[in-house]
Amino acid sequence: MSQDPLEGCRISAGKKSAVSLGKALHPPNLLVVVEGTCGACVAASPVSAPEGSCSYNVAHHHLCVCVRVCMAWQGLQKGETLASLKQESENLRRKLEEERGKLTDVELHQVAEKVETVAALSIKTRRVLKGHGNKVLSMDWCKDKRRLVSSSQDGKVIVWDAFTLNKEHGITLPCTWVMACAYAPSGCAVACGGLDNKCSVVPLSLDRNENVTAKKKSVAMHTNYVSGCSFTNSDMQLLTSSGDGTCALWDVESGQLLQSFHGHTADVLSLDLAPSETGNTFVSGGCDMKANVWDMRSGQNIQSFDNHQSDINCVKYYPSGDAFASASDDATCRFYDLRADREVAVYQKDSIIFGASSVDFSLSGRLLFAGYNDYTINVWDVLKGTRVSVLFGHENRVSRVRVSPDGTALCSASWDNTLRVSRT
Amino acid sequence: MSNNSATNSSLVIAQKAVKQLRLEASVRRVKVSQAAAELKTFCLQNAHKDPLLTGVPSSDNPFRPPKSCVLL
Repeated sequence: MSQDPLEGCRISAGKKSAVSLGKALHPPNLLVVVEGTCGACVAASPVSAPEGSCSYNVAHHHLCVCVRVCMAWQGLQKGETLASLKQESENLRRKLEEERGKLTDVELHQVAEKVETVAALSIKTRRVLKGHGNKVLSMDWCKDKRRLVSSSQDGKVIVWDAFTLNKEHGITLPCTWVMACAYAPSGCAVACGGLDNKCSVVPLSLDRNENVTAKKKSVAMHTNYVSGCSFTNSDMQLLTSSGDGTCALWDVESGQLLQSFHGHTADVLSLDLAPSETGNTFVSGGCDMKANVWDMRSGQNIQSFDNHQSDINCVKYYPSGDAFASASDDATCRFYDLRADREVAVYQKDSIIFGASSVDFSLSGRLLFAGYNDYTINVWDVLKGTRVSVLFGHENRVSRVRVSPDGTALCSASWDNTLRVSRT
Repeated sequence: MSNNSATNSSLVIAQKAVKQLRLEASVRRVKVSQAAAELKTFCLQNAHKDPLLTGVPSSDNPFRPPKSCVLL
């Protein structure tokens, strides 16, 4: 069954083409799924053919479709029906839970019982960044630990110097709700995107007089809003998440799609890259309540966690790269260990009833900062599972929290149109 | 064609789901006790380097409230 079933077939573009198969390669229930990205639009359009014949219609799509024989041919054994597959699905899910359960010999907070409790924190707001005309939706720190970029519902992206409160650059996008922004590792560019369904990269100029907006270059194209973006280890590749349910890896220079990640069954709201230098995995979370871990090279979904009971708004890796945390509309934040392949802690309190929008770890991973829709930031002790502190100050929902690259400050963005930088 | 393709696409989806679950089930796992111990070790080893956890002396803090200068 390892032969290429389409060997010897000729596929031509045009309105309608028939793919004829040799007799030996034509078992019953053959299904040819034509997928790929059209040159004109980015929708992957699977077209299934009726049993017994394989004809597909590529009217008005360009020729860059690749024909992929789906598993229905490769694996459909005798007697495999929808019902039997669903049953096997159920069995496998149960087995997965069992296997995970067998290795749960202790809880994280039990292991952390003897650890000293965190001393009272005296984190205070040291800077308030005012300038956006509407809700601030996202922000990201520059590697130089003092600059940051923020994006807003007013369509503007601002680059700030957090020490001096100076606004260094202002970029105007033609759309409102710029939901994602990221600083390039070199500090020489920023990426931003949102309701325009695109993610654009803007090189930052040292020349104050230069119109930075004019140099904006569209890199990513999705079929729905862009919810998150991140550069990989270099300025050359960009990873995006979208309301169209996919994540994608793009080459910044050419705008080419390098890899797409399918698996979520609803909008993907957040993504985070694994921290190691050689790391090539990332985690994503979405409205299907699942957090998925992906292999960047193969596009494969390697692990999946479905513990949350509502949309996952944010996912963030633990500094060592062996675990990650998530924030959800179900008012909890959760912590998952990747080697144990399970959730190992839930950060919740009866008094916390509003959704959590964003999470980030302190440098050592001991503290988890979580921004909530009740305008507060709760600080959790990651190991013990208890709340250490609450930070007040914002006058509307906290949309994003990010610890600076050297771990000295926390920046929070809010629907109250401001950003706050807090330190001990 | 429509009826057939509907069944076929749910078949495809079900097959993909089963394949994905098989992949996930085959992942190599460690015990939570071991994983948790390593998380704890990482935290403790890096705790002293964590400014938000331990606090930073005011003189090193670039965000400290600006002091006013006195002109003599």
